Formats: sequence, C-alpha cells, structure tokens
Amino acid sequence: MAKNTEAWGSRIGLILAMAGNAVGLGNFLRFPVQAVQNGGGAFIIPYLVCFLLMGLPLLFVEWSSGRFGGKFGNHSTPYIFDSMVKGRILKYIGVFGIFTNVAIVAYYAYIESWTLSYVFHSLMGTFTGMSQAEVAGFFNSYVDVTHSTLGIPYEAVIFYVLCLALNTFILSKGLGGVEKVAKIGMPLLILFGVFLAIRGYTLGTSGASDLFPNANAWEGLNFLWTPQMDSLWSPKVWLAAAGQIFFTLSVGMGTIHCYASYVKSKDDIALNAVSAGFMNEFVEVVLGSAIVIPIAAGYLGLDWVLNNAGFGMAFQTMPYLFQQWGPILAAVAGVMWFGLLFFAGITSSLAMGTPWMGFMTDEFGWNRTKGAWSFGALALLIGLPTVFFYQEGVFDDYDYWAGTVSLVIFAFFEIILFAWIFGMDKGWVEINRGADIKIPRFYKFVIKFITPLLLGWVFFASIPSIVDNIRHKDTYNHTAFANVFYAENYTPDTSVTGKVEEVDDKNLKLSFTNTRKRFNKETEESYQEKFTDFKEYHFKEGQKTKVNAGDIVKPGDPIATGEFTNKVFYKNIGRVLLLATFAFICMLVYIAFKKRQKEGRATI
Amino acid sequence: MNTSALIMMILAQGTVIGFAVYFFYRVLTTPPKQEPDSYTDNDDETLRQGD
Repeated sequence: MAKNTEAWGSRIGLILAMAGNAVGLGNFLRFPVQAVQNGGGAFIIPYLVCFLLMGLPLLFVEWSSGRFGGKFGNHSTPYIFDSMVKGRILKYIGVFGIFTNVAIVAYYAYIESWTLSYVFHSLMGTFTGMSQAEVAGFFNSYVDVTHSTLGIPYEAVIFYVLCLALNTFILSKGLGGVEKVAKIGMPLLILFGVFLAIRGYTLGTSGASDLFPNANAWEGLNFLWTPQMDSLWSPKVWLAAAGQIFFTLSVGMGTIHCYASYVKSKDDIALNAVSAGFMNEFVEVVLGSAIVIPIAAGYLGLDWVLNNAGFGMAFQTMPYLFQQWGPILAAVAGVMWFGLLFFAGITSSLAMGTPWMGFMTDEFGWNRTKGAWSFGALALLIGLPTVFFYQEGVFDDYDYWAGTVSLVIFAFFEIILFAWIFGMDKGWVEINRGADIKIPRFYKFVIKFITPLLLGWVFFASIPSIVDNIRHKDTYNHTAFANVFYAENYTPDTSVTGKVEEVDDKNLKLSFTNTRKRFNKETEESYQEKFTDFKEYHFKEGQKTKVNAGDIVKPGDPIATGEFTNKVFYKNIGRVLLLATFAFICMLVYIAFKKRQKEGRATI
Repeated sequence: MNTSALIMMILAQGTVIGFAVYFFYRVLTTPPKQEPDSYTDNDDETLRQGD
C-alpha cells in the first residue's frame, strides 16, 4: 500500500492555495450583479451576516473535519466522514466531495480555456475596432466549436484540452505544484485586480460618448452601494446573500477537507480558515465591486448595466470597453482582466483535482502522476458534451446540478453530521485544537443551531426549482424528439404573449411587451419601463413554421412542425453522464471498503 | 456618489480590509509549532511557539 506522503511547503502557501480555491470568477462577476439586483449597498448587510453565521462556521467545520480525517490517513471526504462517524452509509455522502469536483472541473476548465484564449486575442488585437455587438458576436462564434477565430480547426476544443492538460500536469507535481501556482497566481490576481479597480474608481464621466451621453462610472458605484434598506425585509435578498456566501467560499465541495487533511493535528486551522476566508472577501467586496459595474456604467450607462449585468459581460462586453482606452492600454487591460480570471479559475480547478488524487492514493496506492492523469481523463470524458453542446444548454445544466445542487446537498448533510452525529462537543475541541486565535464560544451555538438552519433553508428553498429542473419545466419542448415545436416563454412572466410580425417557411419573428429597468437620477431609484421586444426563431431543413403574420402566440403554442431534436436530448446525455460518474465513484468507495475489510482496516 | 453610498462602501470595504490585513498579519507573525509540523519549508527555522 503506497503511503500518501504529500505535504504543504509553508503556511502562507496553504492559505494562498485555500484562498485561491475560494476565489473564482464569481468574485468578479456574480457578487456585483447580485448586489445590484438585491438592494445595492443594503445587500452587504445580509451578505456579511451570512458570512459570519454560515460562511465562517462552514470553513471551521470543513478545515477541522479534513484535519481530523488526515490524522487517520484519509484525504478525501468518503473516508474522512468514515473516520468521524462509524457507519456504512455515511461514507457515500462523502462521494459528493469527489463527484462535485470532477463534474465541476469538467465545465469549469472550459471557462478557463476561454480566458486563456482571450488573453491571446487581447494581445493579438483581435478586438480592435470591433463594435459592442461584434465583440458579443465573437464570443458566440467562439463557443460554436465548428467555427474558428484563429484559423485552428476546433479551436475551442483545443484550448479546452490544453487547459485540462495544464491542470493535470500541475496536479501531477503534487501539492508542491498547486502551492507554487497559488503563490504566483494569487499576488498577480490581486495586482491585476487593483489596477483595474483603480481604473473603475477614476473613470468618472470620461467614458461618455454620443451613443451613451449619460454614461458615468460613479453612477454605477452609487447604485451598487446606495443602501435600499427596505430590501432588508425581503427573504429573497437574504436567500441571495446566503447563496452568494455559500458559492464564493467553495464550501460544500470537499476541496477544503482535502487541503486541510495534510495539516497535522497540533497545527492551527482556526486562524488559517479566517485568514483564507477574509482574503476571499477582500477580492470579492473590495476588488470585485470596483471593476465590472463601474467600468460598464462608465461607457454604457447605468440603464444598460441594470438590464444586462451578468456573467456574460466578462467575455461579451469587457473587451469592447477596454478598446475605449486605446490599443496599447486595451491589450494590457485585456491581458490583466483575462489573466486575472485565468488565475482565479486555475487555482480553483487545481483544488478540485486533489480529492480524487487523495482518494486513489489512499485506497488504491496510485502515485501522483497516475492520479492526476486519470483525473484529467475523467474530466475530459465528462466535459466534452459541455464543449460540443454548449449552445444546447449542457454547460448550464452541469453548472446547475454539479455546481449548485450537489454543493447545497453536501453542505447540509455535512453540517448535520459534524454538529449532531460527530457531536458539537468533540467538534468544538477539534476546531480549537492548536488554534492560534481564540474563537468566540458563541460559534459553538452557531455551528450547532444557526448554520444548519440557514443551510436547511437554502436547501429546502431550492427543492421546487430542483423538481422543476428534473421535469424540464424551463421549456415547453420537454421531449427529446418531437414532430411539433412549441413557443417558449417570452419573459419570466409566463402570461406574456407574442404577435407574429414576420414569417416565412423557415423564419419567424415575434413581438412582445417586455420590461426593462431605468434609473431615475432625481429620486435615485430604479423603475420598470415597458417596451416592445422581439424574439426570433430560425428553423432547419425538414422543419416548417405553422403560424401566420398577425397571429397571437402564447407560450406553449405550436409554432412549427417537422422533425425536432430538442435541447432536452443533449441535456439528458449530460445528466446520464453525471449520474454514471456518481455511481462510478460510489462503486470505487465500495471496492475500497471491501479492500479495507480484507486488510483489516475497515471501521465497520 | 451620494453620502449614504459612500459611507456604506467605506464601512463595508474598510471592515473587510481591516479583518483581512489583521488575520494575515497574525499568520505572518505567529511562530510555527514545534517540529514535526505540517510544513516542510520551515524545517530549518529555530524560532518556534513555546520557545
């Protein structure tokens, strides 16, 4: 049996690796958008409360569980949990701590590959002279794998494989490799972030143009930070804050357990946990709030931000905005922005490789190289559908099931396991063992009662959407194959209907009443404004529209006939792959259990 | 920016920066535990907790 001999080089390296694990694209893209949509400056209040009552306690729980399991030579959650609580079933909850990582890295490496590719495009000046629509169109062509922007066939696939190979190569160097990347990547990320944040703070009205004469970066910051105190009474805002804290800290994944399992019992985890946690908060609250929103408001105006702020801005808008700074500064800013996102991504994806490697080393005696390359191969196998069927929604489906649902389920069960089955008295001793800071005793109560309640709330509140997703309720075309195609919802309000404006055999254009947000400068409040919007459908050979100009079309009404392979078909392929991966890891845990029984190492 | 936004931003960012710097400073200035500890780079360091 090969012994797991991995070790951290330094405490700073461990904290930077842990912070790098937490810092991801969401720090720069998800947090400011959540804040804008949920009460502006008032969002920070539930956000920080949730950080103290849910984020920090979960960090303490995961760091101490990991270190506890490591004492018994376990470096992944199935057997970390097994060492905490004797029972045949509980180790299978730990399967989430390996599965989630393999499944997330499968699509996360694709985003990473976009950032890498966009660094090259920024250097090559690809975006020079492009309009905003052209930059957005460039991204759409990029993710259409048959299209090439560099002349390399299947460019998006090649960058994806390159990115996975890079991750795998670094992982094959063990914790030392991960630590080196964190020590280089995190300071560079902060440096790039500070440069772009300074630009965000100093842009002011200098970005106003004929097209957007009212553009003002300060208005973006103003809207982001003005506290709309009435929003504090909205459960939706608190749920959004809890969700943001949950996702930003990379809790509920099993990576923290794995990193902490290489810390010896007498060494501190309490100060390490709060230090890494606050480092992530610094990147999110200080840098994350100062880049995307003010720069976009500075060139496109606050009204544009209110209606378009989202994840897509990183690739579809920012390169256009950087062009306004002149060719040289645009290249520098592009390299910094996409470099920053790349470092944020790779420090997280590397962390995701370690639970699998730890498990295979502990249970089957695999060496680093074998562990790393098998992880890369598994991620590639599961990830290719997200690359080839990105536009069919497979990528978003993976993000929902692996990057959202699995995390919430795992975190909910792990906090119950730690506080109520392992026992809070033992747990509190574990958290404080070797601590270099004194944790307020109040946290014993918080971990036992408040955090499980908060997580339970997040978990149970997400059950209706889980059921809807299983049943493909987001579409009216919910069979894999069909002879009829139905109109989809025009807006989240399902009662909105459309009117056929233009139609021929293959193309259909519908108009409908949509709403958008506007900002009233005098009252400094946003309001809803109605406007006429359009939706287009383009059908292929063997498909034919069946509506006439002037028809009123409700969501769910048939609009075309022929042979259709709906997006559901591709999503189901992805779901089968994810389920098969989960079952495969369960099987490995079972084989490991039998092996342990044979060797007299099994706990029950 | 209006006053309430400015106050909110300074308070939130100030709090986060303050805690982040304080905890990182504590990490940097706390001597390591006695060997064998979890970290390999400090094996030659002589100053340790309890000395």
